[in-house]
This record gives sequence, structure tokens and C-alpha cells, in this order.
Amino acid sequence: MAYILRRLAFYLVAAFVAITLNFFIPRAVPGNPAEIILSKYQNITPQAFKAIEQMIGGAVGTGSLWSQYLHYWNDVFHFNFGVDLTDYPTPVSAMLDQALPWTLILVGTATVIAFLLGTGLGILAGWRHGGFLDRSLPVWMFFQAAPYFFIALILVDFFAVTHHWLPVGQGYNGEVTSPGWTWAFLSNAIEHALLPAFTIVLTSVAGWMLQMRNVMITTINEDYVIAAQAKGLSKRRVIFTYSARNALLPQLQGFGLALGFVVSGALIMEIVFSYPGIGYLLLEAVQNKDFPLMQAIFLCITFAVLIANLVVDLIIVFFDPRARAREAA
Amino acid sequence: MKALANIWRNLPLKAKVGVGLFGFFLLAGIIGPIVQPYDPNAQTPLTLAAPSGQHWFGTTQTGQDIFSQVLTGIRLTLELSLLVGVIVTVVSVLVGVTGAFLGGVWDDTLSLITNVFLVIPPLPLLIILLGYLPDQGQTPTILVLSLLGWPWGARVIRAQTLAIRGRDFIDASRETGEKNWRIIIFELIPNEISLIAASFVNTVLYAIGASVALAFVGLTNVNEWSLGTILYWSQTDSALQVGAWWWYVPAGLAVALIGTSLVLLNSGLDELGSPRLRATRGTARVAGHRIWPTDPTPVLAQLQASRGRIGSFLYSFSRRSMLEGNAAGGDL
Repeated sequence: MAYILRRLAFYLVAAFVAITLNFFIPRAVPGNPAEIILSKYQNITPQAFKAIEQMIGGAVGTGSLWSQYLHYWNDVFHFNFGVDLTDYPTPVSAMLDQALPWTLILVGTATVIAFLLGTGLGILAGWRHGGFLDRSLPVWMFFQAAPYFFIALILVDFFAVTHHWLPVGQGYNGEVTSPGWTWAFLSNAIEHALLPAFTIVLTSVAGWMLQMRNVMITTINEDYVIAAQAKGLSKRRVIFTYSARNALLPQLQGFGLALGFVVSGALIMEIVFSYPGIGYLLLEAVQNKDFPLMQAIFLCITFAVLIANLVVDLIIVFFDPRARAREAA
Repeated sequence: MKALANIWRNLPLKAKVGVGLFGFFLLAGIIGPIVQPYDPNAQTPLTLAAPSGQHWFGTTQTGQDIFSQVLTGIRLTLELSLLVGVIVTVVSVLVGVTGAFLGGVWDDTLSLITNVFLVIPPLPLLIILLGYLPDQGQTPTILVLSLLGWPWGARVIRAQTLAIRGRDFIDASRETGEKNWRIIIFELIPNEISLIAASFVNTVLYAIGASVALAFVGLTNVNEWSLGTILYWSQTDSALQVGAWWWYVPAGLAVALIGTSLVLLNSGLDELGSPRLRATRGTARVAGHRIWPTDPTPVLAQLQASRGRIGSFLYSFSRRSMLEGNAAGGDL
């Protein structure tokens, strides 16, 4: 338990830092934050002004910084992120509720697929070191280095604009179906998710593949792998149970750390597809200078990434006998 | 000079291609604004023209020459990312080396901060920071990117410093009464130079990706030509919908190729450090079979068994099977 508890404590610290940053950033910028927001926000209504006040925990200057801070924590615990500026009386949390499932399902599924696929290909490339797959790595690197949204643009141009094989954007076609647990809606939504998901897989698979290949190459030269071969174990057993299983640990740790970057890229990708998820919401928030929404999205994404990291840690404990032994002791 | 030539000769092909490609874009960035055929801001009546001899990359919705925009954009994007690379590398060396070398509370605090900033997703935080900063020029972008970019490098460099710290030559120089800063600068850092170089290349890659993404969202000064702002304008003026692929393909391709050159360079440097990773032509042919380095030492009888039932049936008709059967002392 000790290990898991330590990790849990670490993620709590990270969450604390993120929440605190979120509180101090508007206050740390030079000048009065409310005025900065007001100057960026052209024709402001009295209601919107009130919303800004609410967001920064009561008008700036009322109460000490400390009492504002406590007030803010109270809001965070009640998922009260203020009211949306552009769409005035809607609470920000309601907008998040609407967008979050889209992103979680799309980005989550695509990331897991990319990870599994990349790891699998990495195992093969590492095992057949110098083989066809291994020498094709530079091509994969191109997709890794290209910005997500650029690949997305090209794919949309080819599959949707030119050939009309797949829809151009949006999460579903509002003229044909409406959200609900019906087959018509689900199939429509899946059709719309294919291209974005493919983009995420295409651009992130290379990173996992390269890393897995490198670790694989170091493990296959270890004595225990040679011993396993000498025992005459089947090739599949040597690859998966002896080499890949040990190479998987650094890969999983990398998965946790790289998640933030992958999610960030996927968010930008949503913009190209006008996908109704968090990324698109973030773009709208940026364009409208909707600061309460922006800050709530930041916290939301951070928490998602922290939770995913915790899950990865649990998986590592499950996979790594050493970690399990530490747990039992 | 001779040392440089020596390094170059030992570089894997990947890294050479990377250096060449990056050099090409660096050159384009340096001489670009001088040789650009048009003023990137000049609007002409020739709108949304496809690439031609006159306008190599075509024109925008307001008739601006995209080739000139890309040339100017490469310079700005490279300037920004190289600067961020330098700042971030200096900070991560400072944090990584200080923490690992001093140890104790210092190390615990610094590595806690490093790890916390590693798990917080960078892009949304970048967006908020840039959104609040009043002036949306180059400086805030550089500052914000540097502020959030150092933890990766710091973590790797800390690990390496921890490994080197216990070696004999460090102890030896401490015994001779060297001061801490002298040990760090003249003993430690020279031993980490390849790691620092790799971290620099990675940071430049991150800075290019992040700055282009931020510009694409419209969070930098969209009136200055960088590769990201070209993409921003093509998206806002719906280049995709009107089929003006020439508007976003050159800029996007430039970003992708600069990125690829850096990834190639980095994995080349990796291979230089650990030659095992080199993708040599690993297969050898033994009696007509491809033998991989990971295969057990070949035994001919086994090779035939591994062919499968149908395969070995067909193979038994071939001339080679007779020769091999003889060589292996088989029951011909």
C-alpha cells in the first residue's frame, strides 16, 4: 500500500499546485485582472461584469487574498467554476458536462489504441531489429513530428472534402439524428469519430513505437532472454513473457508522463474537426476571452491526466513483481 | 575542426539527414526575408490563386503571396524555438545538476517541483497564461514556453548527474580540494554534454510544436508571420472549405519537416551513445534462411521443422533440400 499511497499523495500535491496556480495566475499578472479582462472584452454587459467578479472570488480587493483563496477552494470543491461570460447565465460546469464525454471517449479510446498498436509494433521492430518495420521508422517519425492539426487538415481534405467518404466535422449530424442511446445516433457519432480517432492514432503511434523498440533492443540482449532461448522455449513465449513484459515497464511509465502532451495535441486536433469536445470549447473560450471557462477547462484536463496517471501507476504495480513485493511487505 | 569532422564521420546516417534537413530550413530562415519575391503583407487582386510560376505556393484570400509568408514565417518560428531551447536548456541544467549534486532537502524539493510540472498538461496552462498576459507579441510566448518547458530536461539531467556523482574522478577532484562549482563546470557538465545536446534538440522540437499550436489557436500576434499564424489564417478564412490546399500545406509541411529533422537528429544521437540501437542490416542468410540476431543459433534440421507441414512438403521437391539434407547428414 505504501507505494500507492505515496503516489496518491504526489498526485494530491500536483492537484493542489494546479488549483493554486489557477487561483494566482489572474492575480499575478500586472494590473487589475478584472480590468484586463474588461479591456479585452469589448461590449461588456453588467451581467458579464458580475460573472467576472464571481470568477475571481468576489471583486478584487474585497477581503484579504487569503480569504479569497479559501473562498476559491470552497468553490472548487463544489465544482462551482463561475458563470460563462459569452453564454451568460449558463454555469461553466454545465458546459463542461456537455463537452467532457465527447473528448473522454474519443481521445481516451484513440490514445489507448495508439498505445497498444505502437507498443505492439515496437515489440516487432525491436525483435526484428534491422528488419523492414525497423527501417520504416523515419516515415513514422514524420507523422510524430508533424503537428496534429496539420495531419488532421490533410486527412479532412482527402477523405471528407475531396472524396466525401467521411463527414467533414462535428460530433454528429444534427439534421439526421439527435443525441440519445439509439443506434441511429451512435452509428452516426462513430462515423464522425473515425477520422479524428485515426488522426490521433497516426500521429501518436510513432512515439510509443520508437520507445518500445529501444527498450526491447536492450532487453533482448539480457542474459535471461538468452537463457530462455537456450531452454528451447517457443519464440512467442520468449518475445512476450520474457522480453516484452520487462520492456513494458518503462513504456508504461512513459505513457503516464507523455499523456499530458498527447491530450494537449488531441485538443488542438478537435478544433480542425469542430468536434464538440473540450478542445473545441477551449478554442471558443479563447476567442471570446471567456476566462472562467478557460480556467475550468484547465483544471478539468489536469484532473483527467492526474487520474489517468494514477491508473497507470496501479497497472505498473500489477505488472511489476518487484513493486508488488514492496506492496506486500 | 578535425574533431568536428571526426564527429561527423561517426554520426549515423539518420543524424546526417537530420542535420542536412535542419540546415536547409535554417538557411531558408536566414536568407528567406532577403530573397522573398513579394512583401508577405502586400494584398493583390489575384486572390486564391493556385501555385504557379509567379506565385510558387499560390496566394491567400486577400492575394498575399504564400511563398513569401512561409519564408518569413520560418525565420520567426526558428528564432523563437531556438531561443526557447537555449533558455530551457540552461534552466534544466541548473535545476537538474543543483538538485542531484547537493542532494538532501534541495534534491527532494527540486525533484518534487519538477515532477509536479511534468504531470500537469502544458498546453491548457500555456493558453491561460498567454490569455492573461496583456501584450501578445513574441516575448510573452518565449517566456511562457520557457517557464513550462524545463522539467523534462531537468529530470533526465538529474538522473545522469546522480549516476556520475558517485564516480571516482569526482571524488578525486573533491579530495584535491576543488570547489563545488569547479567540479560541476569542469568535471560534471562535460560528461553530460551529449545528454544536454539531446535535451536541447527535444526542447526546440517542443517549442516549435507548442508555438505553432498556440498561433493556430490565435493566441500569439496573428499579424506577425510565423508558420503558425499562416495556418491560423488559413483556418479562419476556411481554406479547407474552398479547397485552397496550397494555403496550409507548405507551412504545415515545413513544421513537419523541421520536426522530423530534429527527431532524426535525436535518435541519431541516441544511437551514437548506445550503438546497440543502430538499425544494422541484422539478417544473415544461412542455407537460404534469414537468420535474425535474436534467433537461436541455427540448426539445419530445426530450420526445416520450422517450415511447417505444407512448406516442408513443397520444399522437399526443391534441389536445395537434397543438398541440405546431405550437409546435415540427413536420411537421404
